[in-house]
Amino acid sequence: MAGKPKLHYPSGRGKMESIRWLLAAAGVEFEEEFIEKKEDLEKLRNGGSLLFQQVPLVEIDGMKMVQTRAILSYIAAKYNLYGKDLKERAWIDMYVEGTTDLMGMIMPLPLQPSDTREKNLALIIERATTRYFPVYEKALKDHGHDYLVGNKLSWADIHLLEAILMTEECKPDILSAFPLLQAFKGRISNVPTIKKFLQPGSKRKPPPDEKYIANVRKIFNF
Amino acid sequence: MSGKPRLTYFNGRGRMEPVRWLLAAAGVEFEEKFLETREQYEKLIKDGELMFQQVPLVEIDGMKLVQTRAILSYLAGKYNLYGKDLKERAMIDMYVEGITDLTQMILMFPFSPPDAKEKNLESIKERATSRYFPVFEKVLKQHGQDFLVGNKLSWADVELIEAILAVEEKIPAVLSAFPQLQAFKRRMSNMPTIKKFLQPGSPRKPPPDEHYIENVMKILKM
Repeated sequence: MAGKPKLHYPSGRGKMESIRWLLAAAGVEFEEEFIEKKEDLEKLRNGGSLLFQQVPLVEIDGMKMVQTRAILSYIAAKYNLYGKDLKERAWIDMYVEGTTDLMGMIMPLPLQPSDTREKNLALIIERATTRYFPVYEKALKDHGHDYLVGNKLSWADIHLLEAILMTEECKPDILSAFPLLQAFKGRISNVPTIKKFLQPGSKRKPPPDEKYIANVRKIFNF
Repeated sequence: MSGKPRLTYFNGRGRMEPVRWLLAAAGVEFEEKFLETREQYEKLIKDGELMFQQVPLVEIDGMKLVQTRAILSYLAGKYNLYGKDLKERAMIDMYVEGITDLTQMILMFPFSPPDAKEKNLESIKERATSRYFPVFEKVLKQHGQDFLVGNKLSWADVELIEAILAVEEKIPAVLSAFPQLQAFKRRMSNMPTIKKFLQPGSPRKPPPDEHYIENVMKILKM
């Protein structure tokens, strides 16, 4: 049964958003079943669908895939967004791990008390501008290509765009010292599948609001 | 330049240990450069050796690989420990990600404050025995084969044996309810390359002691 991939997660970004980005960029239509209350999660757990009792869960090609990185790697390889050989894959993996670390700092912000949040926000801005963005700016400068790896759109480019937009939500002028990333942002946002994903009415989720956070706390018990 | 992979890290397990395990299991000899002072670390950063200013660093095949997962994926691919196709790779990735979540708890344990240690140890025990080990016990029982995926040694098996031994160091009887894992542990420990790695004098590192933790915190200014 081919069918469309089916995503199970609350109706918000969290760890599923990178998967939505990648599928959308690959031009793959998908379905979503939203976890809205605790009982929905319990049902998935009791039904044996969740290998480690956790979501994201993506049903794809007859598999019930869990663990965000495993899911993303599978999708990237399946849709030819993972480079042409082992070495290109290694470069893509390195770049993606960097943007994962950066977005990983931003994701828990809404869950933190306001004084911790302020401190972490400052750290995010510092890390973005001194540890992460300089790497991608330099990569683009060194080879002069439109894409990070192998002169071809890959998972690394899609993930970087997601990270740029997420960081801009923290500080709108975060790219002010990175001209090549500004150009990159414009270029990748105009890739037809990505342009479509960035328009209203797509499956892209908004930043978490207080209501979403409260619901997620209830569902996952924390 | 010998042609052997060169590992740069502290002289202890940390995030480099899975890399040592994987290379050893694959029968690949490697060199190690140990970070012992802040000055050494700052020099690595200044010389542009560390893409995101972090270790682990593995120099292999003309690349300076960073980010543990990127390193491990590359090695698994290169040494045929990553399954025969995309779906086997997906299974290996899922299993590895689950095991990594468990070993991450052990990695962070020595850095937790003294009053949190007992609670954290309980969490490790609970997660190992109710979330992670049951999964692998079931996988081995269901297919009755010696290895987790594709009836062949893979990265997933190496991660699992490493995790089992690490948890047993803290909770000696942790495998008491898992006969398949007990047999798996025996089998894996007797594979020639792994047996050699488990013997004194190998590159395997001991569990972190207070001196190691202090040194890491000093070098990383934690």
